[in-house]
Amino acid sequence: MMAELIKVGMADYKVGKNPASLISYGLGSCVGIALYDSITKIGGLAHIMLPDSTQARSNENPAKFADTALPLMLDEMIRMGAVKSRVTAKIAGGAQMFTFTNATDIMRVGERNSEAVRTVLKNMDIRLLADDTGGNYGRTVELKLDTGVFRVKTIDKGEKEL
Amino acid sequence: MSEEILKLSAMQLDALREIGNVGAGNAATALSQIINRKIDMTVPQVSILPLGEVPEVVGGPDAMVAGVYLRVFGPAPGSILFLLPRDSAFYLVDMLMGRSQGDTQLLNSMDESALMEIGNILAGAYLNALSYFTKLTLLPSIPALAIDMAGAILSVILIQLGQMGDHALVIETEFTTEFDGVKGHFFLIPDPGSLGTILTAIGVK
Repeated sequence: MMAELIKVGMADYKVGKNPASLISYGLGSCVGIALYDSITKIGGLAHIMLPDSTQARSNENPAKFADTALPLMLDEMIRMGAVKSRVTAKIAGGAQMFTFTNATDIMRVGERNSEAVRTVLKNMDIRLLADDTGGNYGRTVELKLDTGVFRVKTIDKGEKEL
Repeated sequence: MSEEILKLSAMQLDALREIGNVGAGNAATALSQIINRKIDMTVPQVSILPLGEVPEVVGGPDAMVAGVYLRVFGPAPGSILFLLPRDSAFYLVDMLMGRSQGDTQLLNSMDESALMEIGNILAGAYLNALSYFTKLTLLPSIPALAIDMAGAILSVILIQLGQMGDHALVIETEFTTEFDGVKGHFFLIPDPGSLGTILTAIGVK
């Protein structure tokens, strides 16, 4: 039997339990954050677009921002039975897809997203186990809830398991 | 403020579609002359889509595409993105470089320049129409190229829109060459403040 594959769209998050997998396709400057409790095998995957909800004019969708998505996703995992002290994080994405000679802040949003995610995780006291951010290429990320492996696929930069 | 694009009237959407029609028509004519092929073009779609659904327009977030991206400068800034499935991009390069179909498997820097130049010419043709209608001076930046997953490439634009709302106004046209099926999608995505400027300039505010 195939394990359930739960898709996570842009500006969204999903939580699940072993033996499911959580997948998000085609991350560019967005960041994918996998949270995982290795004992209950409960995890969540968020696909955030922007660093900070307080800086944006529209913040109706909390799943869009690093600072609001992660606490909500963690709460949902805890309601399913995860224990916060055991939850660890792995992140990937935050690329700069196009290179211009005079890179503006708009272009550097990938880097700012990655930084914001690290800060939020630190503030939430969640240990960051693996970090595959930056570069100029897209990534598809999959969190396998049976093992907690975070698989990162690219088009021509290979595939890795974090 | 809730999102201005959700409040557009049918007449405003029609006006935007007409601009898209003439702009894309100019661009298609330019492309047709460069590659010496007849090009069919769909009537532009003006859609207001949740941000996460925009990649579905080009086959889903993990579709392999080539994207030429330009910023638009002037009183109504925005972004232009010319997206082609990777195979179509390679075939377009075959035509531009005088190779036979299927020869291009990897792009060298000359091929990349050629694709960016195509993006440049299409954007120029498109912006000419937009400038004509609006009497606004709109200038494209130099182009940038990426070959990657559609979601990753589109994220550049979607993130900018995400700061203002959860929807994108997408003016999109599909090109197809006769016989050999090179397909491309041309997106004009005005920055959030620019839409009002454009609509005022064409008198349908």
